[in-house]
Amino acid sequence: MRPLRLFSRVGFSLLVLLVFVYLVFPFYWAVVSSLKDPQELFATPVTYWPRHPRWQNYLDVFTMQPFGRNLLNSAVVAGTTTLLALLVGSFAAYALGRFRFLGKRPIYYAILAVTMFPQISVLGGMYVLIKTLGLYNTWWALIFSYMIFTLPFTVWVLTSFVREIPRELEEAAYVDGATPIQVLFRVLLPLMAPGLVTAGLLAFIGAWNEFLFALTFTVDDRARTVPVAIAFFSGASQYELPWAQIMAASVIVTVPLIVLVLVFQQRIIAGLTAGAVKG
Amino acid sequence: MARRSLSKRQARIAWAFLTPTLLILLVVAAYPLFRTFQLSLYRANLLDYPLRPEWVGLANYAYLVQDAYWWTSVKNTVIFTVVSVALETVLGLGIALLVNARFPLRGAMRTAMLIPWAIPTVVSAQMWRWMYNDVYGVVNDLLLRLHLIAKPLAWLADPHLVLPAVIAVDVWKTTPFMALLLLAGLQSIPEELYEAARVDGAGALQQFAFITLPLLVPALLVALIFRTLDALRVFDVIYVMTGVNPSTMSMSVYARQQLVDFGDLGYGSAISTGIFLIIALFVVLYLTALRVEVD
Repeated sequence: MRPLRLFSRVGFSLLVLLVFVYLVFPFYWAVVSSLKDPQELFATPVTYWPRHPRWQNYLDVFTMQPFGRNLLNSAVVAGTTTLLALLVGSFAAYALGRFRFLGKRPIYYAILAVTMFPQISVLGGMYVLIKTLGLYNTWWALIFSYMIFTLPFTVWVLTSFVREIPRELEEAAYVDGATPIQVLFRVLLPLMAPGLVTAGLLAFIGAWNEFLFALTFTVDDRARTVPVAIAFFSGASQYELPWAQIMAASVIVTVPLIVLVLVFQQRIIAGLTAGAVKG
Repeated sequence: MARRSLSKRQARIAWAFLTPTLLILLVVAAYPLFRTFQLSLYRANLLDYPLRPEWVGLANYAYLVQDAYWWTSVKNTVIFTVVSVALETVLGLGIALLVNARFPLRGAMRTAMLIPWAIPTVVSAQMWRWMYNDVYGVVNDLLLRLHLIAKPLAWLADPHLVLPAVIAVDVWKTTPFMALLLLAGLQSIPEELYEAARVDGAGALQQFAFITLPLLVPALLVALIFRTLDALRVFDVIYVMTGVNPSTMSMSVYARQQLVDFGDLGYGSAISTGIFLIIALFVVLYLTALRVEVD
């Protein structure tokens, strides 16, 4: 019995290690590649650790590419989108999570359905609308169009949080003569803080990572966000992709996300499963 | 009477609170969706401003049903969806079971699982594109060292390898997400059931087959449908890794190519509407399967 047990424990540990390496290796590889100089990057056999780490690659991203501007665009777009979705979404979540009224179910279903919408199915109409409103190639084109996936999702996550808050505090406030808006802002929102963090994080990550609309509604670096920039990084010639810079930029945008995930992992998992499992 | 006026007041407040959300969704979702459908009945050029749409009725759809490129993109999307979702489910279930066990550094493992999910799809596509490089890529290097291949493969150039290569990237990126959803399902199974089973002398396999699997079905179903909807609209990973290559082109990639690159607003919109109808069918299935409770 004992050797068998030992064998299965070793097997289990090896399996865990294998899965861990599988999950983390591509990111490790991006970090290693981002620190290689051109000779080492384009050399065979491949090296698994940079011989002379070249930190210059990280500076090149900002001097040889307009990456600073792209980061600013992404931060403004994702930040504004998130704040707007949270503000508008918490009103709707309060209505859906607390009040009884005719038509609640169809409204809830409709909002739920929009979260599953393929973005491509509105691309043509959205393009024409954005052109007509004069928003093309601006931050607002993206903030405007990102509402389609951030707002319904935010309403959905926040509604599930509102339902879990006990009613007593609100009722006490109403008895004291507070208006519904006062109740929402003074009583409910503070209690919803964890929900706001969860929904806000997921909305921010969604907006930060979005590609199709950003690709289609921007033409140059005035509004181009990070994902589009990383897809389009170009080198000295058309045939020579600046891989070290692409990997450096990839690391730059991924590290903040990984930090967010590390700090808020419980909340993120709660939000994802609230969204997907509880429905 | 007082009760009725109270509920009337409640309804008024609720609608007032819903109005901003509904107005925004009307403008950013309902209207563009309707407009895309409407444009699919016209011939129009994206670059014309203002638009000069010319009514063509169902001509775009008549062309769509016999467009070989469209059917290629449908075939690619279906293969992509079926293979990637199947692999993600099996691997995701395996990883969920693994992480559900108690072991040291389990927290680190759960964090590692969130990394592929948090990385922007475009970034992971670029990372893998570099890893797949036929001469300097690490994938070939590793496989050569392990003697799994005899000579370097051109992963993204060989028409037989490119779709599996892209699917592998999607599997890497979304398996952990699947695993997290299933893990939540696993953790909601009461421990007493397993204790009772052990008392009755059931082995590990029997416990898995008669307790874990049946009780995991709801979570599994949700995760499956969720991922299927996502996979059917795939765009980023395919566009970044292989562009509009017919060996991998998905429905969304094809629609965008017609709409934006060729400026064919009418035909592109017809393709978009086709995709919408296919996915809407799945959404209806999803909502019925879930029977979402509002109250």
